[in-house]
Amino acid sequence: MGAYLTRRVLLMGLTLLGMSVLIFVMLRLVPGDIADILVDSAGIVDVDEKARIVKELGLDKPLFEQYLHWLGGLFQGDLGFAYVSERPALEEIAPRIPVSAKLALLALIYSVILGVPLGVISAVRQNTGLDYMLRVVSLSGLSLPSFWLALLILMASVQWFGVIPIYTNEPRSLVDEILLLSIPAAAVGFRSSALIMRLTRSSMLEVLRQDYIRTARSKGASQTSVNYEHALRNALLPVVTIIGIEAAFLIGGLIVTETVFNIPGVARFLVEAILWRDYPIVQNLVMLIAFITVVVNFLVDMAYMALDPRIKYAD
Amino acid sequence: MRSCVALMAGTLAAFALATPALAQKQGGILKFTHRDNPPSASIHEEATISTVIPFMPVFNNLVMFDPKEKFNSPDKIVPDLAENWSWSADKTKLTFKLRSDVKWHDGKPFSANDVKCTFDALIGQGDEKVKDLIRKNPRKVWYDNLKEITVGSPTEVTFTLGRPQPSLLSMLASGYTPVYACHVDGRTLRSKPIGTGPFMVVEFKRNESIKLTRNPNYWKKGQPYLDGIEFKIVPNRSTRVLGFVAGEFDMTFDSDITFPLLKDVKDQAPHAVCEARPTNVRSNLIVNRDREPFDNPKIREALVLAIDRKPFSDILAQGNDLIGAAMLPAPAGVWGMKPEELSKLPGFGPDTAKNIAEAQSIMKSLGYGPDKTLKVKVATRNIAIYRDPAVILIDQLKKIYVDGELDPIDTTVWFTRVQQKNYQIGLNLTGAGVDDPDVMFFENFHSSSSRNYTGYSNPEVDKLIVQQSSIEDKAERMKVVAQIEEMLTRDAARPTILHGVGNTCWQPFVKGVVLQHNSIYNSWRFENIWLEK
Repeated sequence: MGAYLTRRVLLMGLTLLGMSVLIFVMLRLVPGDIADILVDSAGIVDVDEKARIVKELGLDKPLFEQYLHWLGGLFQGDLGFAYVSERPALEEIAPRIPVSAKLALLALIYSVILGVPLGVISAVRQNTGLDYMLRVVSLSGLSLPSFWLALLILMASVQWFGVIPIYTNEPRSLVDEILLLSIPAAAVGFRSSALIMRLTRSSMLEVLRQDYIRTARSKGASQTSVNYEHALRNALLPVVTIIGIEAAFLIGGLIVTETVFNIPGVARFLVEAILWRDYPIVQNLVMLIAFITVVVNFLVDMAYMALDPRIKYAD
Repeated sequence: MRSCVALMAGTLAAFALATPALAQKQGGILKFTHRDNPPSASIHEEATISTVIPFMPVFNNLVMFDPKEKFNSPDKIVPDLAENWSWSADKTKLTFKLRSDVKWHDGKPFSANDVKCTFDALIGQGDEKVKDLIRKNPRKVWYDNLKEITVGSPTEVTFTLGRPQPSLLSMLASGYTPVYACHVDGRTLRSKPIGTGPFMVVEFKRNESIKLTRNPNYWKKGQPYLDGIEFKIVPNRSTRVLGFVAGEFDMTFDSDITFPLLKDVKDQAPHAVCEARPTNVRSNLIVNRDREPFDNPKIREALVLAIDRKPFSDILAQGNDLIGAAMLPAPAGVWGMKPEELSKLPGFGPDTAKNIAEAQSIMKSLGYGPDKTLKVKVATRNIAIYRDPAVILIDQLKKIYVDGELDPIDTTVWFTRVQQKNYQIGLNLTGAGVDDPDVMFFENFHSSSSRNYTGYSNPEVDKLIVQQSSIEDKAERMKVVAQIEEMLTRDAARPTILHGVGNTCWQPFVKGVVLQHNSIYNSWRFENIWLEK
């Protein structure tokens, strides 16, 4: 186990190193850099002014030197200076991370606490009215784009209650914050919960037809015990995998939701930074997302062992 | 008894006269929606209303357009940091007497040296520290004629011009022309500027908000009335409008409410005050005259004749946009051509069928027709306000056998593409900081301007632009302006399609708002606004 963990950690390091090269190169393949944009945003095309900005930001240095400079800084906790705001990138990114993290976590909690139990109910009550209704709900969750759902929520809220649940002021307490983020989190989590529900349902249906379930029933185990102790635990493996993948994908959903609900999180900030070719911000944020994805995948792999004792990671 | 009645009447009259002043209430935070992230807080470095609105209240100018007036014009310029000004006999020296009671937000005294270093930076003079104040200078051409700034005393500064230029004062009155603090570096000016204005910057959080607080030591005693302003950056227009309707915001971003949206706003917030005004932003056709077949003046003439402006206005603004040449048309515009003069210009005549027939005949003479169309790419910035008119343009060009295909260009490289002449024809939007021929013509059509994107160059037009700039008499100047307009239209030099009109709305308790109708850039000091709550 120890050697396996060491191997995984090394692999994670290599993956992140590869990602850093990919992010760095791909960003520079996109047409236009910050100097183009700064000059274009002022509606002028002055070659001298552009050259001065390029020099000032160090964009005239060889790419390899720029890459090493960034990577070196990263290891020392120096993320560089944001091009647009001219402030340390860390100061720009750090306050936004908790906002998005709370939103993503809340969305994930929503999707799990809704998706898993409803999936189980749908499977256990297969082909009943309840099952059909839940399947329609899950299909709508998959087919409704989150920006559309978010706008519908805002419009309904203004129309019926005369208020708009958007982020305009910093919440004063944790309860305030949870209340404020719960509606956007529901908008983001709805799609994931639908996916988790459908997967839980199909996985449960498969498990419920296994011999050992029949054996458990014939031994007189209660329906609840069969469903939740015997079937669900085994049906959860693919569900946990999808939860892991969804956790990484949530960032995509957050971009739209943060924009519509006006939440000052990292996802919206990342899009803005990409549009401005603000390399220090984009590079560091994408690396952060890559890091989270790698870690979540690692945790999912570890969770397999806890869920299914037959799984062992050999040295 | 009679004197007693007279005294009472006098007292009542005095109260009645004093009422407007007493009505202004002190206090409250104005919540204003902002559509996007300003590129920076440095007004001199940017060419967008996104920077002007939140940061104009931080600064003062030497002079300004009277904020109580609805129109900017040279005769409506009032003192700001300058107490008064005078021209030399030959009209090449403009001397300002400055206020002595003004302090920067950090407590340091304002002086003539600050004026000198601001304008030295704009004309590229001074040492490295001065040059560092401004990293990019989009309105460099405004100050081409400004040769030197001399400090007579801490309260006196003189601008020396190369030739008489009455419009300089109008440019100094623009929201784009604040006076910067000499002791502050460029980076600070771009992120958390220090000014002399009615409001001080508390924070500029990118993607989130800009917070300003009342300057307690503002030199205009008793002003501003607001305790502060919060600009909430809400990039999604639906969210912005819904937020305003729900009462979350007190005022919309300037011209943010399109005419189709206006009906929704009025339905859902019937008490909202909404005002339509021309933005002095015009859509125009750009033609790459260096590339075949558009190097042929005949084909450019056909393109100009093919533009039918009314459908653009009907589709995009429910018929509210304005038809004019380069200068904003009357009554909003001070310098625009009269309708009867305008109708004589190519493409502006009322008989559009005749215009199109003429354009078709030109195209046929060049070998094009229904069976042999001219295939072109119509480039435009990949933003809805650019794409929408470009699509209508493509449709109209079909009538003259031009088969256009939309070429949406990433917004970040739009001007670079245009400058590199990497397009055939295109659609562009151009805003004017001041409704003034010097601003419009020097910036967009003079061969020396860095903002003359299409590289249009006509020595005769250049000469006329300089000539009109030196004329003091308005009527005389207007004659030359009309002559330039005609030449530009005939040359197909960025022919104007329409002048945009937009709506701005605010809650009924927001008082003292005056929107100026010939520029969106000059009336955002916020010092006269108060909340009647």
